[in-house]
Amino acid sequence: MKLFFSIQGGDFTRAGHPSSEVKKVLKQLDIDGKTIKNIVIALYEAEVNVVAHAWRGTVSVEIDENKIIIVVEDEGPGIPDIEQAMQAGFSTASKKVREMGFGAGMGLPNMKKNTDELIIESEVGKGTKVKMINCF
Amino acid sequence: MKLKEIAAVLNATTSCGADKLEEEVEMGYSSDLMSDVLTLDTDNLILITGLVNVQAIRTAEMADIRAIVFVRNKKANEQMLELANENGLVILESPYSLFKSSGLLFQAGLKPIY
Repeated sequence: MKLFFSIQGGDFTRAGHPSSEVKKVLKQLDIDGKTIKNIVIALYEAEVNVVAHAWRGTVSVEIDENKIIIVVEDEGPGIPDIEQAMQAGFSTASKKVREMGFGAGMGLPNMKKNTDELIIESEVGKGTKVKMINCF
Repeated sequence: MKLKEIAAVLNATTSCGADKLEEEVEMGYSSDLMSDVLTLDTDNLILITGLVNVQAIRTAEMADIRAIVFVRNKKANEQMLELANENGLVILESPYSLFKSSGLLFQAGLKPIY
């Protein structure tokens, strides 16, 4: 099964919509509750990152019998130092993002914690691609 | 602790999920930082927060949290209530501060996560 969503940078009112839809689908597929929570938290963190930092992005979801592959790709400023961005507490978020309850530098580490595999590719000035894999 | 007992302790009004006040929650977590809430492994909890926006509702949805108390007399707007209703969440609104709300619930027997 394949799902596709768009994300608009800066639009916090819509952030979480793809995660919500993915959660509904996984529930229908009778996936274990803890696994669903891991998947949707990682996706939600990724969505918030796109909304907080990038201009626009897409979410592509592929679900098969034993795993889910989610690719979140954005057009944005990119991440100059991925290793540094992965450190808990490192953040470049704006005041607006912090006012929304995010931007504490915990998103990427939390995505790692909630996925079986997390691959981040980024090019400064172009954008970032995040691939997350969770097995059922 | 039953949600209706929590509402009584906090002098809170129920703006969503009034039919679910008989449900029990074991633990409470107070935070205005949703990033922290998203790191919790527990889910049978009530979120106590002064961060009143759609992302507080979304965070609860993703983290399988069934009830939120908005403190400091802040009110959920229509969009938030619609989303909360869609997800079967209970929304309480208390006039008390985050500190007072947390203290009263701790005293009443609601457990901390850590």
